[in-house]
Amino acid sequence: MKHVTVPVAYMPLVDAAPLIIAQEMGFAEAEGIALDLIAAPSWSSVRDMLAFGRVDAAHMLSPVPVAMAMGLGGMSTALSAVSVLSVNGNVIGVGTPLEDRLRANGYGFDFADPVAAAEALAQVRDGPIVFGVPFPFSMHVELLRYWSRATALGADGIVIRTVPPPLMANALAAGDVDAFCVGEPWGSVAVDEGAGALLLPGTAIWTFAPEKVLAVRTDWAETEPDLTGRLMRAIWRAGRWLADPAGRPTASELLSRKAYLDVPPELIDRALSGHLTVSARGEVRQVARFVEFHAGAASFPWRSQAKWIAAQLQQIHKTEPFDPDRIAHVFRADLYRAHLGAATVDMPGASEKVEGVIRHETAVATAGGGLTLLPNRFFDDQIFDPGAAK
Amino acid sequence: MTKTLTIVVVEEDRDRAIAIVDALKDACACDVFVIGNATGLARKIAAHAPDIVLIDIDNPTRDMMEELTLASGPLERPVAMFVSSAAGGMAQTAIEAGVSAYVVDGLSPERVKPVMDTAIARFAMVRQMRNELAETRRALEERKVIDRAKGLLMKAKGIDEDAAYALLRKTAMDQGRRVADVAEALVTASGLLG
Repeated sequence: MKHVTVPVAYMPLVDAAPLIIAQEMGFAEAEGIALDLIAAPSWSSVRDMLAFGRVDAAHMLSPVPVAMAMGLGGMSTALSAVSVLSVNGNVIGVGTPLEDRLRANGYGFDFADPVAAAEALAQVRDGPIVFGVPFPFSMHVELLRYWSRATALGADGIVIRTVPPPLMANALAAGDVDAFCVGEPWGSVAVDEGAGALLLPGTAIWTFAPEKVLAVRTDWAETEPDLTGRLMRAIWRAGRWLADPAGRPTASELLSRKAYLDVPPELIDRALSGHLTVSARGEVRQVARFVEFHAGAASFPWRSQAKWIAAQLQQIHKTEPFDPDRIAHVFRADLYRAHLGAATVDMPGASEKVEGVIRHETAVATAGGGLTLLPNRFFDDQIFDPGAAK
Repeated sequence: MTKTLTIVVVEEDRDRAIAIVDALKDACACDVFVIGNATGLARKIAAHAPDIVLIDIDNPTRDMMEELTLASGPLERPVAMFVSSAAGGMAQTAIEAGVSAYVVDGLSPERVKPVMDTAIARFAMVRQMRNELAETRRALEERKVIDRAKGLLMKAKGIDEDAAYALLRKTAMDQGRRVADVAEALVTASGLLG
């Protein structure tokens, strides 16, 4: 069979795993495609490469296509999020000066309780705490804002600046930022470099936050339905493969290669296993479902997720009122059903759900027999009803 | 009388920055500032209130520019990525040349064009030089590895240099690989067995 090459841009992060595994473990080949994986130097570059047609698909921060549809940021090409590549996987951390002050106050770095963490931070700050994040449109920003608004930190208690993760250690040392929220392996890199300590996993704020999506140009998805389908199926199978802990050493080894993340496999394994070293003292914390690629219909692009993201963006950027249903259409539940139905993927019955109501793993009936939805809970027990979103 | 354009060039490498600034000053009546250090980039740029910001497309600090595109950001007049349809294929050409440009809202295309033409030519030249340098470095690196592999073979098999090279070349041809790759494999294996 003659293989079609699909150029795909990605940032070298642990949550690019489904793309790398799809190519390396033969899931792409089984669909008659080869992924030409192009590591990008920045998120702007990933977006531009996709918008200008240098690549046909990309590993993208879930709020980017939503922000573009809302007219925010430097570009406005119509993009579609055809699946969610990963749920959660970020960490919030503090630089050494804040770490020292927190320790002096007896804070135990439990890496679990966002209310206690915020209270501890509020006690030791002199002014607003400056957080470095990789990009202005990111789950990192949305989770930080959500967390600060609902805790002792307060909405005005934090300032957010964009700092590319490879420069985060420098920015901390220069006093340009006090703390950070990044995706792995960058949190673990900061710990290993002695730049700071990890405070919380992203999952402590929202247990089911869509972190990265598989994005394509909307017109490409329309003119190349066959390729779109093959790409989506290859990546979905890679996500399923990643869900089996037996494959973890292989995954860590593959991702660690020079051509991909170029960091030791042990560092990648921390995120994949949820077994994180949170400080230079070697304190280790275990996090259930630190990053999820498959279970609980993790890759389903819920329209309600797009609406939640849009509601946060509107609040942060004070944008004009928007039509939530138009924005929700950026998350292509329709294409997901159309292209993955044939791969015997168990589909949820609806394409929207009330976000934040699932307290425990819940079995739901589906056409294929059954599906278990994972806990979907905000730390402050708020619920987000997409039908009521304005 | 139109106001003099203010251009900010974000570039760490001093020589490269000077080359770009000189070319821009020849091309238009403009004030050009260079920012070399990424610390606090968005605020440093905002302090110049620029009309145009030029940055290498491969520069990871580009993501710090995104804040400047927001109405709520540090600039009084936010900038947009240079992608206007009026510019035709120029945005594409700029990207191929490796320059990304951010242009302040409302600046007329006639004023942007000479700056972009110059920037595209200059960035393309810089990019080509960088590629050539990388190529030279790689070739040098490969030569070193081949020399080490030859040395290993000469010692292990008691043959002379020409025979060692011939053996490497034959192995590479038989396996359909590059001589440098065979040499690399040999050096790695010898290190492991060492």
